[in-house]
Amino acid sequence: MKLKIVVLAKQVPDTRNVGKDAMTAEGTVNRAALPAIFNPEDLNALEQALRLKDQFPGSKVGILTMGPPRAGEIIREGLYRGADTGWLLTDRKFAGADTLATSYALSMAIKKIGHVDLVIGGRQAIDGDTAQVGPQVAQKLGLNQVTYAEEILKVEDDKVTIRRHIDGGVETVVAPMPVLVTVNGTAAPARPCNAKLVMKYKYARCPMELKGDEPWTELYAQRPYLTLNQWCVADVNGDEIQCGLSGSPTKVKAVQNIIFQAKESKTITSSDDDVNALMKELISEKIIG
Amino acid sequence: MNNVFVYCEIEGTTVQEVSQELLTKGRKLANQLNVELHAVVAGTGIKDKVESQILPYGVDKLFVFDAEGLFPYTSAPHTDILVKLFKEEQPQIALMGATVIGRDLGPRVSSSLCSGLTADCTQLEIGDFDDKKTGKHYSNLLYQIRPAFGGNIVATIVNADNRPQMATVRSGVMLREILDPDYKGEVVYSDVAKYVPEVDFVVKVIDRQVEAAQNNLKGAPIVLAGGYGMGSKEGFQMLFDLAKELHAEVGASRAAVDAGWVDHDRQVGQTGVTVHPKVYIACGISGQIQHIAGMQDAGIIISVNNDSDAPINTIADYVINGTVEEVIPKMIKYYKQNSK
Repeated sequence: MKLKIVVLAKQVPDTRNVGKDAMTAEGTVNRAALPAIFNPEDLNALEQALRLKDQFPGSKVGILTMGPPRAGEIIREGLYRGADTGWLLTDRKFAGADTLATSYALSMAIKKIGHVDLVIGGRQAIDGDTAQVGPQVAQKLGLNQVTYAEEILKVEDDKVTIRRHIDGGVETVVAPMPVLVTVNGTAAPARPCNAKLVMKYKYARCPMELKGDEPWTELYAQRPYLTLNQWCVADVNGDEIQCGLSGSPTKVKAVQNIIFQAKESKTITSSDDDVNALMKELISEKIIG
Repeated sequence: MNNVFVYCEIEGTTVQEVSQELLTKGRKLANQLNVELHAVVAGTGIKDKVESQILPYGVDKLFVFDAEGLFPYTSAPHTDILVKLFKEEQPQIALMGATVIGRDLGPRVSSSLCSGLTADCTQLEIGDFDDKKTGKHYSNLLYQIRPAFGGNIVATIVNADNRPQMATVRSGVMLREILDPDYKGEVVYSDVAKYVPEVDFVVKVIDRQVEAAQNNLKGAPIVLAGGYGMGSKEGFQMLFDLAKELHAEVGASRAAVDAGWVDHDRQVGQTGVTVHPKVYIACGISGQIQHIAGMQDAGIIISVNNDSDAPINTIADYVINGTVEEVIPKMIKYYKQNSK
């Protein structure tokens, strides 16, 4: 059995390193001002896909992402770890998309890729934490769906057995392919980049990532695999109205900076006397104890 | 038409608390909008068992879908029930818990209906909206309010044109309150086969293990929470020691959970548990808005932090300026001394 697997991945601002200019005046994320990384749970998803490829030789794993041209970086990172190919959806018309418009674009791309057995993505992205895009893609494509997956246990007779987290426990489900799976951050971590693959794909670029004056320009004619797939709205037969801002039913009405209602607080030091006095006060006022 | 809908989640034949919290909120929204509150529940063998757990929250009409295969939850049958029911009933607002089920189901329904969905809201209000781009005025929209991105902002999201306006809310965020134990709501037992085609049942749950919650964070009178400042898994053990003395429950910030020092079910905040304790002791927690969203209603807040500029200090009643390694053992020592 050979599987065709699409991994949904997102390049996200690293929310662990957020600066003051992180938001635009319109309330959307100012991506240019932030370090960009492969969304962590999408790496767990990639690992599940690569394990299936190990198990079923001849299977193909491709990374599908939507974003600005620089998002080509995460396709490369996927190739370094063992993916076979990638597709970057990039077009100004995709910009400003909420989860619904994003899922529309991704679903059109998956239709264009065609005959996919499994779509695997991270449970959620760290910049939004919504966990919505995976299920929204599945619904648009009429795929079966298993969210919060911990491990893909086996693939047999066109059915996938998956262990998943639920509130307060775990369950094991069997779903016929094609199926969309979203993977938790507690699943197995992604394998490291492979040195040979880094050598092979170091210069892989989407056309829009190139300025045209790179010293290695002649390589692209010799090695077609270095030119990554780059699709615009028209390439995936998309309806412009359903993409980007116009395809997004949710609107940001207002964004407020938080100013905490400062309380009158009592500040003490960590000295024995101070801590002792505080514990006495808390106990005598029946706050604790 | 145009009513407020709440999807009620069940475990066996028990309606989940988060759904009852949303019914309470939904009742208030319905009153403000002068419409009815409707609820929908789907499961197996639930007839005559769930009605009394739902109607007293002020539900005017309850749709019950009772058939084999609807419990345990799988995506497709519940999605098809909601999609078809919403097409018939045209609600203006639909709410569900931001649980594993709600977060699996909500996006599928919104995708099918092309309606907007906002995850993990911390407040829901009714208000007006002027779209600056189109110049259109909208009245009585659902404000879906949630902390967003990075932690310094709170965003108010609206769905101007698409219906229903959908939102998920975490457990514990809204208050649960019975409106009237004898509230007279209509109950409709829907014909499941008209909503769910046989092909929906292809995904099978073959094994399922659910345990009762490992902790009582949500209801604890004293919560002792640790953040990244705890430094390590071993550092966290200090909190469990102090918690034992104080009869407190241990919580954590997301940073501590992500670092693997403590289980995810102890996370306090927007994407974790919302707590309303009498006392909240934050140890080595800087206090990002997502965290504060989950604990700001605590009666008394004590912050232990060696950074005197930590944001959480601004909402604290007591600030102990020092490292957790130094302060917590002293708290244990002097609590023991003074409580005897």
